[in-house]
Amino acid sequence: MPEISRDEVAHLATLARIDLSDDELDHLAPQLSVILESVASITGVAGDDVAPTSHALPLTNVFREDVVTPCLTPEQALSGAPEVEEQRFSVPRILGEEQ
Amino acid sequence: MGDWLRSTAAELADALAAGETTSVEVTRAYLDRIAAVDPAVHAFLHVDADGALAQAAASDERRAAGTLLSPLDGVPIAVKDVLTTAGLPTTCGSRILEGWVPPYDATVVRRLREAGLPILGKTNMDEFAMGSSTEHSAYGPTHNPWDLDRIPGGSGGGSAAAVAAFEAPLAIGTDTGGSIRQPGAVTGTVGVKPTYGGVSRYGLVALANSLDQAGPVTRTVLDAALLHEVIGGHDPLDSTSIDQPLPALVEAARQGATGDLSGLRIGVVTELSATGGQGGWQSGVMSRFQESVDLLVEAGAEVVEVSCPTFVHALATYYLILPAEASSNLAKFDAMRYGLRVWPEEGASAEDVMRATRDAGFGDEVKRRIILGTYALSSGYYDAYYGQAQKVRTLIARDFDAAFEKADVLVSPTAPTTAFRLGEKLDDPIAMYLNDLATIPANLAGVPGISVPSGLADEDGLPTGFQVLAPALADDRLYRVGAALEAALTARWGGPLLDRAPALEGGAA
Repeated sequence: MPEISRDEVAHLATLARIDLSDDELDHLAPQLSVILESVASITGVAGDDVAPTSHALPLTNVFREDVVTPCLTPEQALSGAPEVEEQRFSVPRILGEEQ
Repeated sequence: MGDWLRSTAAELADALAAGETTSVEVTRAYLDRIAAVDPAVHAFLHVDADGALAQAAASDERRAAGTLLSPLDGVPIAVKDVLTTAGLPTTCGSRILEGWVPPYDATVVRRLREAGLPILGKTNMDEFAMGSSTEHSAYGPTHNPWDLDRIPGGSGGGSAAAVAAFEAPLAIGTDTGGSIRQPGAVTGTVGVKPTYGGVSRYGLVALANSLDQAGPVTRTVLDAALLHEVIGGHDPLDSTSIDQPLPALVEAARQGATGDLSGLRIGVVTELSATGGQGGWQSGVMSRFQESVDLLVEAGAEVVEVSCPTFVHALATYYLILPAEASSNLAKFDAMRYGLRVWPEEGASAEDVMRATRDAGFGDEVKRRIILGTYALSSGYYDAYYGQAQKVRTLIARDFDAAFEKADVLVSPTAPTTAFRLGEKLDDPIAMYLNDLATIPANLAGVPGISVPSGLADEDGLPTGFQVLAPALADDRLYRVGAALEAALTARWGGPLLDRAPALEGGAA
């Protein structure tokens, strides 16, 4: 089991879109190593012949009738938004300076 | 008034039917109790006094008009803050959703409203249901009514404590790895995790979709069955909902309470006990467990020893599958459509805002699990971790299948220890995770489970829980066995276990 380094945690935090402070990285990295070490025990428990289970009950292709039902009004859908403009979600700029 | 607080939901329903009280009187008694003891217990994140009283008044009007909606019409209830409630805040115990008022009801909440149960408020929980102590709530921990310096379990510590402290006769919890059953065990209350798919997840803010299940949190087994029949059953809005009728749960509870378990085979799981399992099993928990097994034998049940060898890998499997699903579910908290938005600087980009918001809005445990899940799903590790965990999940389900060929139900202590002190395990994730050792296998396989109070541990005088597990769709067996055990234990104790809990400051009951 490879130990998870501070740099790796920083990289994962970037992938997960969370700013972690230096203090948080110092704190989290060793804890994550301990957790990973303990979950690594399942390596090799199940052979190649075992099918994976993604859901407890095997249901497939659950359809409903294609009928129109009431849904949220625009006001309701926008009611929790941090910022609204012209009946739309208003978001920060998407592109960087160089783009 | 005090009498109504201590009444079971079934007794309240009878008293309402007999005209001995009104829904307004009962609801007001509970609101007064909340005002008196919740400053010390902190079971609630939000109390809706006006709304609950209006719903109670409407129930009393229906009763006068003879148009009752259900057997529990007029009996108030508390709802875990992870289920959406139109018009009431829903925070999931997180800063990132502080003040958010959902525009729609969860199906469970809608069914409560349609059955006429006044909603008292929303209960405290570990942030996004990640935890076993309620200490990971961004709004401060809930305290165990048996000892305010101790944890009430988690993640649904608020719902369990509310019921244990007589702040509500009924509550709704959710159980992803034990979050209904373990709080039940450490607070001396009843908690049921239904079969996966038995209760709709629509409007339940997802922690791990393939594991989450909402269910009853109550003081008696019969109350849990009554509530389960209100909230359960097929929901077209949840594609994983089971499209068949619920078994007769109330009937099973009433039958079990007669105390006859002749012909029933009870399997004691070797791996979920002090003799064959991992972790530190407290001796008082084990003696109360053995005592309960003996009582079930006296009631006519036959005991068989069963081995589920893969269960020793359940905890590791869970802590790969859960973070993987959680990290992907929580990606929706992106500061764009709802919840917190933090600007690190003026003119920041959407990505900068997202990163700053998620740093400010999520607590330590949520960050730990998101990072862990991101790792488990990243390329190069996927097969070794997530893929392997999904295979072990198959083996755990096979262990259950084999065990249920030898026994009608499986039993174990619900949690390895009684309630520990607040702060004791807060910064030791592994020690915290071990609390759910005995409850996790059921979530991985989707089978139903109940925790019933089994007494007080000799060494610390704190509640212990007895867990019963049944095959998928056979939830009625939980109620039959749970009610039989409850009847035998209550007779031995000379009254409900909660009668022995210390009186709370500010509360007369």
